[in-house]
Amino acid sequence: MNQFFTYAILTATVASAIQYTTPFLLAALGETIGQRSGVLNLGVDGIMLLGAFGCYYVALETGSDLLGILVGVGIGAVLGLVTAFMSVTLKAQQGISGIGVYIFGLGLSDLLFVRFVGTPVPVSPLPNLNIPLLSHIPAVGRMFFQQNLLVYLAFLFVPATAFILYHTTYGTRVLAVGENPAAADSLGISVPRIRYSTVLFGCMMASLAGATLLLLDGIFQEDLTQSAGFIAVALVYFGAWRPVGVMTGSLLYGIVTAVVLQWKSLGIIPTSAADLAATAPAIVTVLALVALAGRFRQPAALAKPYVRGA
Amino acid sequence: MGVLPRYVRLRFGRRFAEPGMEPMTTATELEGLPRAIGPLGWRRFLLSWFALPLSALAALLIGAALILAFGADPVTGYRDLLSGAFGGSYALASTAQKAVPLLLVAVGICVAVRANVWNIGGEGQIVMGALASTAAALALGGLPSFLLLPLVGVTGAVGGALWAGIAGFFKAYFNVNEILSTIMLNLVAVQVMNYLLSGPMVNKAQSFAVTGLIPQTRLLPKGSWLPTIVGGTQLNLGVVIAAGVAVGVYLLLWRTGFGFRLRAVGLSREAASYAGMRVKRTTVYAMVLSGACCGIGGAVLVFGSISHRMVTDGSLTGFTGNDGFNGIVVGLFGGLNPLWCILSAYLFGGLLIGGTAMQGSIGVPTDLVTTIEGLVVVFVVSIDYLRTSVRIQEEAKRLGQREDAAGGSGRSLLVKLARART
Repeated sequence: MNQFFTYAILTATVASAIQYTTPFLLAALGETIGQRSGVLNLGVDGIMLLGAFGCYYVALETGSDLLGILVGVGIGAVLGLVTAFMSVTLKAQQGISGIGVYIFGLGLSDLLFVRFVGTPVPVSPLPNLNIPLLSHIPAVGRMFFQQNLLVYLAFLFVPATAFILYHTTYGTRVLAVGENPAAADSLGISVPRIRYSTVLFGCMMASLAGATLLLLDGIFQEDLTQSAGFIAVALVYFGAWRPVGVMTGSLLYGIVTAVVLQWKSLGIIPTSAADLAATAPAIVTVLALVALAGRFRQPAALAKPYVRGA
Repeated sequence: MGVLPRYVRLRFGRRFAEPGMEPMTTATELEGLPRAIGPLGWRRFLLSWFALPLSALAALLIGAALILAFGADPVTGYRDLLSGAFGGSYALASTAQKAVPLLLVAVGICVAVRANVWNIGGEGQIVMGALASTAAALALGGLPSFLLLPLVGVTGAVGGALWAGIAGFFKAYFNVNEILSTIMLNLVAVQVMNYLLSGPMVNKAQSFAVTGLIPQTRLLPKGSWLPTIVGGTQLNLGVVIAAGVAVGVYLLLWRTGFGFRLRAVGLSREAASYAGMRVKRTTVYAMVLSGACCGIGGAVLVFGSISHRMVTDGSLTGFTGNDGFNGIVVGLFGGLNPLWCILSAYLFGGLLIGGTAMQGSIGVPTDLVTTIEGLVVVFVVSIDYLRTSVRIQEEAKRLGQREDAAGGSGRSLLVKLARART
């Protein structure tokens, strides 16, 4: 245990915890906006997988991670349109249509991987960007300011989404559509347009999260996400549909993951116990859902398709 | 009776009766309303009989495009898929064998969704059912087969039921979204399996010095093996068990008071609660029953396996073969009716078995089948709203005609509502 509480190990653990947080945070923030407008998108995991593959393939072929990320996000946008078409225009049952998208993404991402790549070759990870001055602060600099671009981006999205939701006309419309679409409709707000935009944003964030996860590992494999997308959806509930709450939940998940991995590699806990310890985040999430369920109210129109006049 | 909202009564039509309940009297509100089961309009006829086959066809066509993108011939591919799944007695038996866990999960899905709880935790419940029944078989291996087989079946059901019951309890009493809790419980279940199979339940004869060994239990007692029912194939008693469960659950849902209450809760929690039904308890029961079906599926996977051990490669799908999710597809495609699910499970079992044959012949990985399954779900769910709205439209139209014929002047509230909805 003592070797865990050394300067080098602790800072490295926190730094990797921040990295593990990033995919959850990106996907969960996107999902938050979507759910705030009343759309439950459960296909996040499938979209993450396809976004991750797109990013991997392009990064492998061109050698440019940034181009890969862009293509990944583009795939997310396409899938976002499809998802929005199903849940908004066709008014499909949202819980289960998302499961369909998940299964589709799970199959297609591996199918494409076998077809176009076959043998896994790692891509170079994103370079760390050291923030001037801040990265030189002892400990804190190593933990928080020597990360890659996507990490900073994810954490910048927290205040950004909070600002958009609570302080802009668009955000107010999103909230109105999620709480009472009929009232919003009567005021001339286009419910489908708002929902299309939020779902599109959510899916692009999901595929960005997939790309982040991929660049963290550097390599694509079948079921790369290991249900991370579903965890991200759970984190939205965990964070009570508020960006800061979602960030707290994601951080908790990232920290537990990093600590368990670190303990495992240091041999503090045996491998068999590590299996059990790996269940901790999921159990914590379920318990948090139980504890928080009565205290916060979900958006009133969540998962309910809007039909004018019904 | 009169307290249920109109659409509940419409939905049940003339079959709205519960054992022990007084014969249904015509409430004043019911007068002038159309019967839910009336002559079908052509659009509704098409949608009720062809929506699902067309969804499957569309998914298969996209699958064909994917095969083309692979540089292979879709006609050859699908022909090999068909012959691999249904060509000859061995293929037919393998398909039936594959359909068994799918059917059990699908029946569980029917129960849960009819009560309006979405049980996505089939994977975890399969694993828990398998672990519980395996532990029972290993502990009580000395029992004769006629005692041991029912015992492992029951412990499997209990394992799955308890695991699902957690999510059901949280849903009913704490309003925790069951989709999320069941998925979280899947993640927990796989780690528990890895822990148990590489630790307490591992085959001690396996040398721990050899790394990279796939963890497995020791050979299960012979009395717990599911007997083969057709010589020369792998077809075992599991097929009979699964079909029996499907028929039993069908009777439970549509021929008993419990099933009636379960479906009433699913149609409207508020109305069921107002009618004095115990909504929360019914929700938990639905989830428990659903988990029990999946748990039996887990037991069948272990005791019907060729190796006669419980084996894992450390991933969730490594043991379940993704049956927990595939079962959802089967259930939806079976129209959430356990009897139709038998056919649906057989078809999807064929798709999965044939997919392996296709992989061998044209080199397109079985992921294609997964992709097609995802598309089927997407199409089925997307078309569902259309089916509902066409049904309401036609009912409204018929009602309007009846009122006109009777010289009625005003439209009833239902017509207005229905017009507004469509």
